[in-house]
Amino acid sequence: MLAIRLSAATVSAILPAHARQPRASRVVRRLLAPALVVIAAFTAALFALLRYSVLEFVPGSLQPGGFTLANFTGILSRQYLGAVWDTLVLSAATTVLTLVASYPVAYTLARTRSARVRSAILVLTLAPFFTGAIVRTYAWVLVLGNTVVTWPVRLLFTPQGVLVGLVHFSMPTMILLLAAAISHIDPVYERAAASLGAGPRRVFRRVTLPLSMPGIVSGSVIVFAWTLSAFATPELLGGGKVKMIANVVRDLALDSFNWPGGAAFAVLALAVTFALFAGVGRLTAPAERGPR
Amino acid sequence: MRRLAVLLLLGFMTLPTVVVIAVSFNPTAILSFPPAGLSLRWYVNVLTYPQFQRAAWNSRLVTAGAVALALPIGTAAALALERGRLRGRALWATLLLSPLVVPGVAAGLGFLIAGASLGLLRSRVVLIAAHVALVLPFVVRSVWVSVANLDPALERAASSLGATPWRVFRRVTLPLLRPGLSAALLFAVIVSLNEFVVSLFISTRLTEILPVAMFTYVVNYTDPTMAALSTLFIAVTFVVVLLSDRLLGLSRILNIGDGR
Repeated sequence: MLAIRLSAATVSAILPAHARQPRASRVVRRLLAPALVVIAAFTAALFALLRYSVLEFVPGSLQPGGFTLANFTGILSRQYLGAVWDTLVLSAATTVLTLVASYPVAYTLARTRSARVRSAILVLTLAPFFTGAIVRTYAWVLVLGNTVVTWPVRLLFTPQGVLVGLVHFSMPTMILLLAAAISHIDPVYERAAASLGAGPRRVFRRVTLPLSMPGIVSGSVIVFAWTLSAFATPELLGGGKVKMIANVVRDLALDSFNWPGGAAFAVLALAVTFALFAGVGRLTAPAERGPR
Repeated sequence: MRRLAVLLLLGFMTLPTVVVIAVSFNPTAILSFPPAGLSLRWYVNVLTYPQFQRAAWNSRLVTAGAVALALPIGTAAALALERGRLRGRALWATLLLSPLVVPGVAAGLGFLIAGASLGLLRSRVVLIAAHVALVLPFVVRSVWVSVANLDPALERAASSLGATPWRVFRRVTLPLLRPGLSAALLFAVIVSLNEFVVSLFISTRLTEILPVAMFTYVVNYTDPTMAALSTLFIAVTFVVVLLSDRLLGLSRILNIGDGR
C-alpha cells in the first residue's frame, strides 16, 4: 500500500508541467476553440433565420424590407393554421403508436438472454436507422401505393399513410431509448413481485412499467419533437395533399422565395423543439438522481 | 404471445426494405409485386443516369470534407471536455451537442439566408460547413466515451519516461482512443451521407448530394430506378452496421443489455 502511494507521489512529482493545472487551461481553450467556431457558425445561421422572421417580405426580391410581425400573424391565417393543427395531431398520434409498437421489441432486446436474438434485433432496428430518410420513405411509397397488395382504402397521399411512415421512422429511436431504460431495471424487483404472488401482467403493470417511465418520457418527447419538424415523410407520402410545418417552410422559402415567411414558421418549429427538449431535461434529471 | 407480437413488429420494420429490393429486380417499368421476372436494367439506369453520377461525386466530396474537418475538431473538443477542469462543463457539452435538436428546415433555411448575406448563395463551402456542424455532435459523443475510459496514468508513465507531449499523444493517447474514433468515423460518414433536409435548402443541381438527387427523382419519376439505387444504399449500410457490430460491439456503444 505504502509502495503504491509512494510511486504515485513520484509520478506526480516528475509529471511534466503541461499536464498540470495552471497551463492546462490554455491548452483546453485551444482544444475547444475550433469546435466553438463551428458552433458559432451554426448559431449565426440560426440568428440570420431569426432576423429574417421579423423582416418584411418584398415579393420578387430576396432582399427583405423593414421590421414587421406580419410573418408570425400570417401563421394564424386559416390556410396555415390547418398545417399547424395537422402537425400537432400527427405528432401526437405518431408518439402514442410508436410507444405502443416499440415497447415489446425494446423489452425483448433488453431482457433476452440469447446474444443472437439481441444481435438480430439490434441489426434489424439499426439498419433502417442508418439507411436515411429518402430510402425509407421511398420504400413506403412503394408499399402504400398498391404495389404489394391493393389496399381496400387509399393510403398513399393521405394523413393515415403519412402516419404509418412517421411511426416506422420513429420506431428505431424509441426502441433504443426504451431498451436502454429497461436494461437498467434490476430484474430482482420483478422477481420479488412475482414471488409475492403477482401474476405476470400485474408485475408488468405495477413494477416494470413504472420503473421504465424515464425511458418512456424521454422517448416520447424526442419522438414528438422530431415528428413536429418531419419533412421527407409528409413531403413524399403526403404528395402535396398533407402538409406539415416543415413542408410549409419549404413551399414558402423555395417555391415562393418568401424567406421571411418561411423563417417565421421555422422559428416556430425551433422554439417548440427547444422548449420540449429543455422540458425533458427537467423531467428525467430527478429520476436519474433518484435512489438506486 | 409477446414473441408473436415482436416478430410481427420486426416484420413491419423490415417490410419496406424487402419490397424495395424485390421491386428493384422487376423487369418492367410498371411496378408489380411479386416481380414478373429478374432484370438488372434499373441498376444499369442508376449507373448511367448523369445526375446520379454527379450527385454521387458531390456526396463523396462533401462527406470527405466534413468528416476530415469534424473528426479532429470533435476529438480535440472531447479531450478538452473530459480533461480540462472546465467550469460549467454540462453547459459546454449541451452547446456542442445542440445541432442534434435543431429542426432540419430551421438549420437549412438559416444556412441559406446566412450564406446569401455573405455572398455565398448555395456555395459548396456553406454545404460542407453545415455538414461539419451536423456530424460534430456524433463525433464529440463517441470520442468522449473513449476519453473517459482512458487511464491518465498510462500517459503520465510515458511522459515520465521522457516522451514529449506530442509523442505521448501520438503513441499512447491516440491508439487508446481508437474504439471511440472508429465509432465517430462510422457515425459521421453515415450521418453526412444520409443528410437530406439541410442539404436540400443549400444546394443547386450542380452541388446537390445523392439524397437530394434521389428526392427529386422520386418526385418526378415512378420507375424502379430509385428502388435499385435504394437497394445499393441499403446493402452498403447493412454491411457497415454488421461489421461495426462485429468489430465494435454495438450494444456496448448504445448502452443496452449486459452492460450492467
